[in-house]
Amino acid sequence: MATVIVVTSGKGGVGKTTTSASFATGLAQRGYRTVVIDFDVGLRNLDLIMGCERRVVYDFINIINGEANLNQALIRDKRVENLHILPASQTRDKEALTKEGVERVLNELRQNFEYIVCDSPAGIERGALMALYFADEALVVTNPEVSSVRDSDRILGILASRSRRAEQGEAPVKEHLVLARYAPERADRGDMLSVEDVLEILGIPLLGVIPESPTVLQSSNAGVPVVLEDGSDAGAAYGDLVDRFLGKNLPHRFITTQKKGFLKRLFGGG
Amino acid sequence: MLLRSPRFATEPAPPFELKGSLFTLTVLHLFQLDRDAIERHLARKVKQAPSFFNNTPVVIDLEDLAEPPANNPDGMNFDGLYELLRGHGMAPVGVRNGSPELQAVARRAGLPLLPDSRSTGATRKPERSEPAPIRSRIVNHPVRSGQQVYAPDGDLIVLGTVSAGAEVIADGNIHIYGALRGRALAGVKGDVESRIFCQSLEAELISIAGRYRISEQINLDPADRGKAMQVHLADDRLIIDHLMR
Ligand SMILES: Nc1ncnc2c1ncn2[C@@H]1O[C@H](COP(=O)(O)OP(=O)(O)O)[C@@H](O)[C@H]1O
Ligand SMILES: [Mg+2]
Repeated sequence: MATVIVVTSGKGGVGKTTTSASFATGLAQRGYRTVVIDFDVGLRNLDLIMGCERRVVYDFINIINGEANLNQALIRDKRVENLHILPASQTRDKEALTKEGVERVLNELRQNFEYIVCDSPAGIERGALMALYFADEALVVTNPEVSSVRDSDRILGILASRSRRAEQGEAPVKEHLVLARYAPERADRGDMLSVEDVLEILGIPLLGVIPESPTVLQSSNAGVPVVLEDGSDAGAAYGDLVDRFLGKNLPHRFITTQKKGFLKRLFGGG
Repeated sequence: MLLRSPRFATEPAPPFELKGSLFTLTVLHLFQLDRDAIERHLARKVKQAPSFFNNTPVVIDLEDLAEPPANNPDGMNFDGLYELLRGHGMAPVGVRNGSPELQAVARRAGLPLLPDSRSTGATRKPERSEPAPIRSRIVNHPVRSGQQVYAPDGDLIVLGTVSAGAEVIADGNIHIYGALRGRALAGVKGDVESRIFCQSLEAELISIAGRYRISEQINLDPADRGKAMQVHLADDRLIIDHLMR
C-alpha cells in the first residue's frame, strides 16, 4: 500500500523543494521504492536540485494530458536506487492540473512505489491544493519566523478541511512539522522564533529541525540533495528526519547553541 | 453514590441560603402624583376586587410619570404614596424605570430599584412550557488561520487552540480549551449575558454582543499571560477576568 506524502508550507522559499529532494532520497537510500513529483508547474526546480534537469523529456502535465506514459516521463536517479523523479512542466499553465488527472497518475504510481512525495508550490492556489488533496501524510515546512508559521497554520487548516481525507470523513492527514533554516544563536537572541515557540503555535509533532547551512545552497547548485553530503549538519538533520519518519526515536540535534566538548561530540548525546 | 463535600458533613447547617427566583408581580404604572386622584381610584379598585388587595406586593413603574418640577425634585413624595398604598392592602416592594432623579428619591424612601424592563427584555426569552433546546457546536480540532467557525443559536466549544488569523463566532458563549490567539465574537445576535472562556488570552479581537476590543486594547497583565481567562459584559463594558479566583 503506497503512502502519499505532501511537502507543503503556504509560504515560498522556506525549503519545501530542498526537503522534498532530501526526504525522497533518504527514503530510497533506505530501500523504499520512492517517487518525488514536482507540482510547481511553471517554476520547476526539483529537477535542478536533484541534478536531473538535462534528462527531462516529458513532464507531469504530459502524463495528465495523456501525451506520454509514465515510463517515458519518470526519471531514474543515477546515484540512488529505487528513486524516481517526475518533473513539472515549465511552460504549461496550472489549470492543466485537474483533480481527475492527478488522481489517475497517483493511482498508477501507487502500483509501483511505496512512497510518493509531492513537492508543493507555495501559496494556496490550485497547484498547492492539488499537491495536498490526495495526501495521507504531510510534511509542513516552516521557518522560525512569524509569517511563515502563520502560513503553515493556514495550510494545516486546509489539510484538515479540504483534503480528500477530510472531504470523505476518513482519518485525518497525518501532520509532521519540519522546522527549516533554524539558527539557534538567532533564536537565543530573540531574532527568530524558538523551536518551542513554533511548537506552541502550531501544536503538531516535530519531525525534524534543519539548521541554516551554507551547504544547502552549494549542494543544490551542484544538483546533489543535501542528505547525500557527508559531514553536513543539514544533511545529517535530513537523515535523522527520514529515520524518525520511519519510526526511529532519535533526539533532535542542532537546536541548541551550547558548545559541546570533544568527548560529548564523539559519543553523541543531545 | 452521594457526592457531597466533607465540609457539609462536618459543619453545622448554615442559618440561611441565597437563591435566585422568579416572581410574577403586579405593576402599578404611575401616571401622576395627585394624592387625591390616586386615593379615589384605589378605593374604586378595592371595591371591585377586595380579595386582590390583601397585602399584595406591587412594583411601582415610574416610566410614564411626568418629571417633578425641576426646582423641587423632592416634591415627589414616596413616603406618602407608600402609606397610601399600604392603607389599601398593597405592599410596594420597589420601583422600576423613571429618571435617575426619580429613582434617587425612591431610594431615599426605602424603595429599591428593580431592573429596567427594557434592558433585560432584550435578552428575556418568550415564556414557553418547555425551555428551548440550546444547541452547542463542538469543534474537535484546532481552528487554524483562515478558518471561521460559527455556532448559531447556542454555544461554541473548541477542543483546541484558535490560531491567529482564525475566527470563532457564536450566538451564545464561546469556550476554548486552548489558547485564543485569533478573533472570538460571542453573543453576536445581541445576548449581553454571553461570555468567552479560554485557557490563554492572546486574542486579536474579543467581542460580546457587539462590544469589542482589539489586541492592543486588551492590555492583559503580563502575569496573566497563559492563564485561563474569561470575558464578559458589565454595564456595557467588556471585563476581562480570571476564569477562577
Ligand atoms: N537549511 C537551509 N539552510 C540554508 N539555506 C536553505 C536551507 N533550506 C533551504 N535553503 C535555501 O532557501 C531557498 C529556498 O529553498 P527551496 O527549497 O527552493 O524552498 P521552497 O521550495 O519552499 O520555495 C534556496 O535558495 C535554498 O538553497
Ligand atoms: Mg519549491
